[in-house]
Amino acid sequence: MGQFTLIPPSAATNAPAVDALYYFQSIVAVVMTAIIFLGILIFAAMYRKRSDDDKPPLIHGSIPLEITWSIIPFLVMLVMFFWGAKIYFDNGRAPANAMDVFIVGKQWMWKVQYPGGQREINELHVPVNVPVKLTLASEDVIHSFFLPAFRLKRDVVPGRYNTEWFIATKPGRYHIFCAEYCGTEHSGMVGWVTVMEPKEYENWLAGGGATGTMAEQGGRLFSQLGCSSCHLFTAGGRCPNLMNVFGNKQQMSDGSTVIADESYVRESILNPNAKIVYGYKPDIMPTFQGEVNEEQLLQLIAYIKSLSPHRAPAVPAAAGKSAPKVPKAPATGNAASVGSL
Amino acid sequence: MEQQFSSAQLGMWAFLLTEIMFFGGMFGAYTVYRSMYPGAFQSTTHYMNVTLGMANTLVLIASSLTMALAVRSAQVDNQKMLRIMIVLTLFFGFVFLGIKGYEYHEKWVEHLIPGPHFEYNVPNYAHQAQILFFLYFAMTGTHALHMVIGAGLLTYLLIKSYKGSFSSHYYTPVEIIGLYWHFVDIVWIFLFPLLYLIGAHLHA
Amino acid sequence: MSTAIETPRSTETLNYLNTKYGWKSWLFTTDHKRIAILYLISISFFFLLGGIFAMLVRLELATPAGDLFNSDTYNKLFTMHGIVMIFFFLIPSIPATLGNFLIPMMIGAKDLAFPRINLLSWYIYIVAGLIAVGTMAYGGVDTGWTFYPPFSSTYSRTYVVAAAIAVFVSGFSSILTGLNFIVTIHKMRAPGMTFDRLPLFVWAHYATSLIQLLGTPVVAITIALLGLERIFHVGIFDPAIGGDPILFQHLFWFYSHPAVYIMILPGMGVINEIVACFSRKRPFGYPFIAGSSIGIAVLGFLVWGHHMFVTGQSMYASLVFSLLSMAVAVPSAIKVFNWTATMYKGSIRFETPMLYAFGFIGLFTIGGLTGLFLATLATNVHLTDTYFVVAHFHYVMVGGMVLGYLGGLHFWWPKITGRMYPEFWGKLSALIVFVGFNFTFFPQFLAGYAGMPRRYHAYAPEYQVFNVMSTAGASVLGIGFTLPLIYLIWSLFYGPKAPANPWGAKGLEWETSSPPPTYNFDTPPVMNEEAYNYSGDDTGVHVG
Repeated sequence: MGQFTLIPPSAATNAPAVDALYYFQSIVAVVMTAIIFLGILIFAAMYRKRSDDDKPPLIHGSIPLEITWSIIPFLVMLVMFFWGAKIYFDNGRAPANAMDVFIVGKQWMWKVQYPGGQREINELHVPVNVPVKLTLASEDVIHSFFLPAFRLKRDVVPGRYNTEWFIATKPGRYHIFCAEYCGTEHSGMVGWVTVMEPKEYENWLAGGGATGTMAEQGGRLFSQLGCSSCHLFTAGGRCPNLMNVFGNKQQMSDGSTVIADESYVRESILNPNAKIVYGYKPDIMPTFQGEVNEEQLLQLIAYIKSLSPHRAPAVPAAAGKSAPKVPKAPATGNAASVGSL
Repeated sequence: MEQQFSSAQLGMWAFLLTEIMFFGGMFGAYTVYRSMYPGAFQSTTHYMNVTLGMANTLVLIASSLTMALAVRSAQVDNQKMLRIMIVLTLFFGFVFLGIKGYEYHEKWVEHLIPGPHFEYNVPNYAHQAQILFFLYFAMTGTHALHMVIGAGLLTYLLIKSYKGSFSSHYYTPVEIIGLYWHFVDIVWIFLFPLLYLIGAHLHA
Repeated sequence: MSTAIETPRSTETLNYLNTKYGWKSWLFTTDHKRIAILYLISISFFFLLGGIFAMLVRLELATPAGDLFNSDTYNKLFTMHGIVMIFFFLIPSIPATLGNFLIPMMIGAKDLAFPRINLLSWYIYIVAGLIAVGTMAYGGVDTGWTFYPPFSSTYSRTYVVAAAIAVFVSGFSSILTGLNFIVTIHKMRAPGMTFDRLPLFVWAHYATSLIQLLGTPVVAITIALLGLERIFHVGIFDPAIGGDPILFQHLFWFYSHPAVYIMILPGMGVINEIVACFSRKRPFGYPFIAGSSIGIAVLGFLVWGHHMFVTGQSMYASLVFSLLSMAVAVPSAIKVFNWTATMYKGSIRFETPMLYAFGFIGLFTIGGLTGLFLATLATNVHLTDTYFVVAHFHYVMVGGMVLGYLGGLHFWWPKITGRMYPEFWGKLSALIVFVGFNFTFFPQFLAGYAGMPRRYHAYAPEYQVFNVMSTAGASVLGIGFTLPLIYLIWSLFYGPKAPANPWGAKGLEWETSSPPPTYNFDTPPVMNEEAYNYSGDDTGVHVG
């Protein structure tokens, strides 16, 4: 029957935090249940029927008691609420220096891509003690990327990016489960996350037979799809110059500003008219909905990301075989065109 | 009789509450997508026949008036007027459905029915515009279905009134079916500006 | 008030069961009591069907490998278990049977406000049920009872549209029942039956009806839009054209979360009556129990987002939904504490219904407290979509509603059938259900925290211990549910005749004969005392 534990292995900074809250909740639950069970048992024994002529007193109720047993559960509940919210918000935004890994869910497998271009299926390798940010996309239905040993779960929803991040603390192999029912082989959509010492991790990365980094793959797509004919690296293109766009604030034609993040770039590729950069016209760029798959989208995003070299490095030096190369853009116009965006 | 009357009325009001929630789900979806894709939604107003929509609005307002007059006629025991008003209401109902059917036909000819044959000559909005047309057909279709049910109920009233079932002492069915009819009209009063008018001036 | 005739009866007195005979007298009846019986028979069938699906699911899960069924069959089994149990058993269970039978009698009316609509709602239920059974016979559906797109709208290759139609149609049955109850409670009360004298069972049904009226149409239209999307291969939840599949979840849970209160409030109503009767006490804090029913119904509409903490909805929305979900704990706690306090200084009897009530209070307490784990953001992230959730809602739905239903069925069985059930067997099966239930579902809490996801056909070997316990418990539970089926049917023929008020209970339904006459009361009753006047006319005593 295999070994069994009440608490799954604890392999990320998040796990002990969630466990502590879980212990607290369990204690509250046990105490409350005990109060109710004991109350029933004691009353049942003390006030059992003595004779058919028992005349129990008429008791309407008690306002002080009602208030007491409303307020006390409410206060206990508030403790749980704030405690839980604190952990949830701590997990909300990945630190800027987190290492990126991209995951695409597809019936019924997890496709994993690393910025260095390595790919694998149903296996995820991460170094210990380094913040890792997973960007999750789905090619078909809703999945959910569940790492029980990290006490983390995030739905993988078609049409949008979700992210989760963690700092693994203990080398080892831990389950990956799909937690959102996704069809026939839902229970087979499982894999392993391997947490490795940094040195081992470097070796492992070097061993992968990648054909160029994700950014390089994205760069090839960028010219294959003809993006480069309008998105020039000089001023004056029909579409915005993408140099230094990613991670920076962009001015839109309706006056609003957006930070160019993964979701923004994704939207701009699939739904170009959604947000128009100030100074450019709508209806010029065609939609690429159905033209590129989720993995290619992630490569394009990695490429556009690599065009902003001044951002804090998202990839630890060890992660790529070579540092992401800034594409050969004409040296002129970089600084000038940023201003014009 | 008093008890029965108010039970039926309370029942109809409760039912209309249900109906509000029923349409509310679709209005909710409409609001969400309108804010997600304002451009795509605005582009569709170009394909809505505002003239026919306006005509239908007037037709329904007229039918609400005749329905109200039907209830009034029953209250004052004017049997002949009651029948005339029911027939007029029915007539307006069918005019509405006829115009609606013609509009659906237009959409069919223009390949604006969501699905594999959907064609939209604003290519960048081709995908999201389908969402609006899907909602357009779902919302107006559900509304039209309510109109058809209403027409059935009016026919029932007409038959009953020929049998002399209603009088100033008993007109509960006229009253509660009237409530239903007004509700269906009001739904259209919300649908018309949302689907036809908002953003239309941009293309004028 | 009329009292039962105590003289020995040489011939059967005329009652609703023997006034007319023949299938037509049943299928075209407008008597709320007969319609309740029709519902009782039909929901028992669906309970059996859903129970068989559950047993097959548990059998498959006895071993980690998917060896008994293939994955498609397994997926259909848990889907159909969910659809049958939720839409065709739990939602109608207490309201359509006990509620239908008792509400008019409890308020002193001769029937519901709209008897023909009542019958119509049963026919709608049957039509929906036939569509559901037909769907299953034809090959079933595998989307899970939650019908999440785009799996349900695009990827599933099973009969999703047919199943959606069944759910859609059954919704109207539920709406009509709720509408009928609301109007009946407002308009049909006997003289003297003021709202503060209303039995708490009726209060609970009033709250339930509000949810049925306001929530059901939203899921109906949502399921309809989903069906259209599947038929036309395009729709508003389809991410390929820019639709948002999460919007479906919002609309779905806007109803389906309140719906779980449809599935528990009536059970709470039953427990109020049983605890009061078998403690010979007025329920402690009557206005608080009544108010908390309404409170739960209202709060129930504000918490749906807690099903979506990990979907990527705004973190601030999650924050609000978490707080509101936890707030439901307050009215729930009020109820549990008041039930317990009702026993204080009572004269407690331990007949079968009271045993079920004890079980209900205990299991609902655990179900409610584990709800807090799920309402808390951080623990929800780990626990959602695991067996912890499965255990939690079975504690509430089975430990709560089904126990309430069985307790109520035993309590009012003499009234409904005019026969007493065998007390020994009643107590025995209550005990078996309680033990079997905990064996089945408690291990699932542990499996859930250990990380076992729900809806898994095959699972990692370290979870087998929990699953073996669970499957073993399920077989005990199965026996516990089968026993009442046997001895209750037996009692129809061989049970001793029931007096009008075998339990010495208060409430207008006990003032008339068992079984009641067609129009419930020989003379229209008047409510001339406080509800639950178990202590006679003693002066009130306040504690605390």
